[in-house]
This record gives sequence, C-alpha cells and structure tokens, in this order.
Amino acid sequence: MKVRKLFISLATILSLAAPPALADLVLPWLSYRTGPYSAGGIPTADGFVDYFTLLNERDGGIGGELVKIIECETGYNTQKGVECYEATKGEGSLVYVPLSTGITYQLIPKVSVDQIPLQTMGYGRTSAKDGSIFEWVFNFPANYWDGASVAIKHVLDENGGDISGKKIALVYHNSAYGKEPIKTLEKLSEKHGYELTLIPVDHPGLEQKSQWLEIRRGQMDYVLMWGWGIMNSVAIQEAANIRFPMENFIGIWWSGSENDVIPAAERAHNYKSLTFHGVGTDFPLYDDLKTYLHDKGIGSGDGTSIGTVLYNTGIYNAAILAGAIRTAQEIHGVSDITPAMMRDGLENLVVTDEIMASWGLPGFAPPFEVSCENHGGDGLAMVKQWDAQAKEWNLITELISSDKEVINPLIMEDSTQYAAENNITPRC
Amino acid sequence: MFYREVGEFKTSYPHDSGSFSIRLDKYGYYFILFIAFVAIPLMINDYWASAVLVPFLVWAIASLGLNILTGHCGQISLGTGGFMAVGAYSCYKLMTSFPDLNVIFCIILSGLITAGVGILFGIPSLRIKGFYLAVATLASQFFLVWLFNRFPWFYNYSASGQISTPERSVFGILVTGPNVDPWAQYMICLLFAFGLAWGCRNLTRGSLGRKWMATRDMDIAAEIIGVNLLHAKLSAFAISSFYIGIAGALFFSVYLGAVEATEAFGINQSFLVLFMIIIGGLGSILGSFIGAAFMVLFPVLLKNILVGWWEWDAAIATHLEFISVGILIIVFLIFEPHGLAQLWRLLKQKLRLWPYPH
Repeated sequence: MKVRKLFISLATILSLAAPPALADLVLPWLSYRTGPYSAGGIPTADGFVDYFTLLNERDGGIGGELVKIIECETGYNTQKGVECYEATKGEGSLVYVPLSTGITYQLIPKVSVDQIPLQTMGYGRTSAKDGSIFEWVFNFPANYWDGASVAIKHVLDENGGDISGKKIALVYHNSAYGKEPIKTLEKLSEKHGYELTLIPVDHPGLEQKSQWLEIRRGQMDYVLMWGWGIMNSVAIQEAANIRFPMENFIGIWWSGSENDVIPAAERAHNYKSLTFHGVGTDFPLYDDLKTYLHDKGIGSGDGTSIGTVLYNTGIYNAAILAGAIRTAQEIHGVSDITPAMMRDGLENLVVTDEIMASWGLPGFAPPFEVSCENHGGDGLAMVKQWDAQAKEWNLITELISSDKEVINPLIMEDSTQYAAENNITPRC
Repeated sequence: MFYREVGEFKTSYPHDSGSFSIRLDKYGYYFILFIAFVAIPLMINDYWASAVLVPFLVWAIASLGLNILTGHCGQISLGTGGFMAVGAYSCYKLMTSFPDLNVIFCIILSGLITAGVGILFGIPSLRIKGFYLAVATLASQFFLVWLFNRFPWFYNYSASGQISTPERSVFGILVTGPNVDPWAQYMICLLFAFGLAWGCRNLTRGSLGRKWMATRDMDIAAEIIGVNLLHAKLSAFAISSFYIGIAGALFFSVYLGAVEATEAFGINQSFLVLFMIIIGGLGSILGSFIGAAFMVLFPVLLKNILVGWWEWDAAIATHLEFISVGILIIVFLIFEPHGLAQLWRLLKQKLRLWPYPH
C-alpha cells in the first residue's frame, strides 16, 4: 500500500510540471545561472527579470495584466533546454527566449508546430530573418551575419577601405553559434581580398594555448571572436599573453562584457567588441529601477550585475518584448493575449526613437520595424572599446550598417533551402 | 509471503534454466511489459515523452551496449560518446541520401556502421588492457567528434554545422520530426530497447557471452581453455558498438531532432553512460535500465520537486542537483559496489525467504 502511494506521489511530482495557467502574461526564460556559461547567463537573466518586475511594480504589468516570468535552468545545454520547453509550453507561454543558438535550432521546428513565437535577439538561426518562411521565429534587431559584416566594415574603415592581403583570424566557439558567421566571412573575403583563418575552440574553451600560438605564428593582423561564457575571458588573457594588439581584437556582442575583460585587468585595455545597444546606466529607466526595485531589494540576483553590458542586453530584450506585447494588445483589443496574438505583436512591432524614450531608454538603440518579410530588423551595430583604467566601455563608432549586398542573397539561399526541406510556401 | 514458491516444480531443463525461473518473476515481467507497451502509450504526453521516457530508453540502450563491453567482456571504454556520434551521423547521412529508405532500416544500418567503427577501435584491445585501453578509447572519443566537426560532408555543408532530422514515418505513422505524436516517439524507442535487451539477455547466456565472461575474469585462463581472444574481444566491441550506434541514431533522430557533435556527443556523455552501468550494476541487464533511470530521471525528479513544488530558485536547485547526484554516486559505490542491480538481487533473496528467514 505504502509503495503504491509512493509511486502515485512520484508520478504526480513528475507530471506536476503543468499546473493550471493563471491569467497572467507568462514569459518563460530559459536561463543559465550555472555552468561555464553562467558569466554570460546571470547578468542577462537579471536584466530581463528586473525589467518585467519593474513593469509589475510601477505600472501594474502591461495593459493591466501582470507579467509572470518562469525561469528554467538549462545550463546552456540543449537537452535541458528541450526539457524546459516541454515543461513550460503548457502554461500559456507567450514567447520563448532561449539565449542559446543550439537550443534555438532545437526549438525552431517545435515552436512552428506548437505555434508559439520564438525571439532570438542577436543570436540563433540567421536565415530566420526571412519571415515569409520562418513564421514563428524573430531575430531582430541584428544577427550574426550582420555582426560579421559590421566587424569587417570597421576593419575597412580603419585601413582606408583596403584590406586586401590582410590576415584575419576568426576564433570561434566550435558549435552552431560559432560557426554561423563563417559563410559570410568567406564571402566577404572574396569581395575584399583578405585571408581568413578559422580557429575553432571546443566547449567550454578553458584551454586555448594552441589556438593563440597559431595566431602568433601566423602573424594575424586582426582577430574576430565568436565566444561565450568562460571562453571569452580566457581568449582575452591569452591574447594578452602573446601581446596581440588589443585594438585589433574584435569580439561579437556576446564577447564584450565586463566579465570577459576584467580578468585580464590592464592588459585588456583597448579590446573592442560590437554592440547593438547603448552602454552604461545613464538612462532614465535606471532611476526607476533604483526606486522601485533595487532600493527595496527585490531585484533579481545579487545586484552586482546592474548596469553591466549584458544586464543592458537583458533589459533591451525585455523592453522590446514588452513593446511587442503592447502592440499585440492594441491590435487585438484584449489585454490577456495568446501566443498567436503575441506573434502578430512581434510581426507588427515598430520601435521609433520616441518609443525608446517612452521606455526610459532614449537613444539606447536604433529604431527598427518588423514586417512579414523582415523578421530581423536592420542589422545596425556599433563598436565599443574597453577602457581598463576607467573600467568602462566607450562607444567609438556611429551605427554601422551591414553589407546587405552580400548578406541578403545568403539569407535567401539558406531560407529557401529550409523551405524546400520542410515543404513551406512563403507567406508573403 | 511475496514469493510463494510452494508447489513450483521444475520438470525440465529448459524450465530450470529459463530467464525467469520463478513464476512470480515471470508475472512481474509480463506486468512491466504490459505497462510499457499498453498503459504508458495510452497516457503519455509531450513532456513525459521528450523529457522523461524517450531519453531514459535511449540511454538504457547505450548502457546495455557499454555493459556488454565493460560488464561482460571486461574491456573499459571511454569512447561511448564518439560511437553514439557515429550512429547519429550515419543515420543522418542515410536518411538524407536515401529518403525512401524506411527509418527503421536507417537506424539498424547506422548500428552496423558503428559496429564496423567499433571493431576498428577495438583492435588495440588485443594488445593493451585496463587503463591503457581506456586511454586508447578516449582517443577515439576525441577523434570521432573532431572528425564530424572537421569535414562538412558529414553535416551536408549546413551553415551551422548542425544536423537536423527530416520527417520520416513507419507504416504511415510519423516517428521523427517536430510533428510526431508522443506515443509514436516513445513506441519506436521502446521497440528497439525491448528487442535489444532481449537480444542481449540471450547473447550473454549463450556461448558468446560465456566467452566474454571468461575473458573478463581472466584472459590467460580463457585462452588456455580454448577461447579465441581475438574473436571474443572484437565481437564484444562490435556488438557493443552496434547497440551504442543505435542509441546514437535514436538520440539524434527521435529524441532531439537536431544535434551537433561537440555538445551532444562530448566526453561527458561517455562518462554518463559509464556511471550508469557502474551505478546500475556491471554485467546486468536490469542494471543497465536501473542505472539509466537513476542518471536520467533523478535530476528531473529533483528539479520538479525543488522548483515545481517548493518553488526554489532554479540556480540553487541545479547546484543542489550536482551535489546530491555526486553524493549518491559515492554512497552507492561505498555501500553497494555491485550496483543497484545487486541491491535488487539481495532484496529478492530476502523476499523469497520472508517471513521465515531461517
């Protein structure tokens, strides 16, 4: 008898993953506060959660509906990501934000069947920009191919427009994430005539001696980096060890947080990284965050991540999702929206400078519009540089636009292939 | 009380040497089969299939495979992850190159390809033993994962280096791809797990299994009594890799749907399967299943209790999970070095005598 009771209770525990949905706006956040990628996962999660807590505390939610965030720990592991997705999809989840390119690839077919939107800001599958084929996937405001092109444009600007014969190395995380920019960089090297060397770093990236030896031996002029988590700080320290000039070392937006440069201290001075949003805490939103959250001590995490680059990324991601929820509420005239309505909200999202200002983030990021054809925004990014003395990032360029001539045909090619494999007819 | 063996007479040799020679055991076995084949498919949902039961079955097949090699034949292998990758990538290449070939055959063929690769990496086992063999198989782990990353042909030149499974059906029922029903996903894994476990049981009771065990217990003695070590060791490598290849193919095509070699088939997976068979019980089929259940289901259970019920912080729960799984492994190794299967054996002995132990 006892054994049976035990089994019944075990079964209920295991299936308890789906309690009845409340009338809140449910946003699952697949976080990773543990493991070798937690250096990136924690600040992003804190920013994301804090923004929605602020909306709940200050405005009583969005359109009168409270926002409920369900954090599910994935450890940046795709298997756990799938488990989290299956566990939370029954709770009325409006949109998935996996913060991992690997999990994104896993979820793209699933969300298309379950009809729940997936938003991957600055990561994920690049060709999802083609909204006519990827109906449920959004990757605005910029993607990895934009990032690759912007980095090369910055190098071009520094060299007066001619980089033929220059040696450029790509140090990348040997995964779906790190491999994304390779095709674009190869195309661009045909166009601009630089020599591209590919240098993979295996998960988790704690050991990179041989990679940096190769860079020193090959006398690379520039190094681009697609790294994440612990790999970033190791790479920057190794670059410092071989005395690689930091101003010629450019990371993607995920390789440019304080956690990455601080371990190398003074030697990381002048390291560069891309960004698609502003830096620092000089925005009115931070006053509200202080009044409503941090002074009361109800912020997410231990508070050390406030104002860091990735915290801002989390804030930005949350802000555009909140914007999409508002758009969806306006279109459909109801406050308690469904995932399908959320998709309409994402697809009709318009972010102008005035709207950014109304969010308390004036000038934080460029305006963009989403449409049926374009789920990926305009692909604008800036370059920021680390000042090791002042311990702060400074924006050193205006917004740089990516090379659409090269990227658009690549996106077309990849999305048409996906459409053919999965028998999808373009919607628009 | 539990086992009533009064009046059970064994009247023939086949009866005496059957897999389940006690009547109650046999009924229990039929009952479990009934639950697995009839009751679960009727009640299963998405979460149970893709987060609990399918991974459990896939890992159970992998640990059956490693158990043949390590538990029965005594050859330590740390290359399980690499062999699973061979299974997964061959399944992908077969599925995309021959779209009309039934997925069942794709999976079996990828098992056979993995068996070939397994023989190749098993050759050193004729010369080296123990830790040295473990290191040699470790090399195969790294080599295979490197291979699948290095040559784009394996992933059909996709931009991300990921392989993703096309939709395939068996008798008109979808078994792979995102539109698959949870019961179909579960059933195909269960059929493979059942068939392979049945095959494993019979193999290990036959002459081949006895040769393996003789090799495991003392290879020189085995050679003297006429066991061909070359044949015994390489057949163990081949059959073990066949199982692991099938596990890899199912892992990719049915369970995850999209994988990349570095993350999905890294060294962690090799250790995971090794832990499964050590905790479950070396050289035991029941042990392979119990070990897989322990390593796959326990973390999910713990997470659902801590986060789902008690609403703990997700990060603290994950850290606690690492700690408690680690502690439990040590506890089991200290108190029951022969694994959970031995625990069951002891319990059964007691139950057969209970309530009159003397």
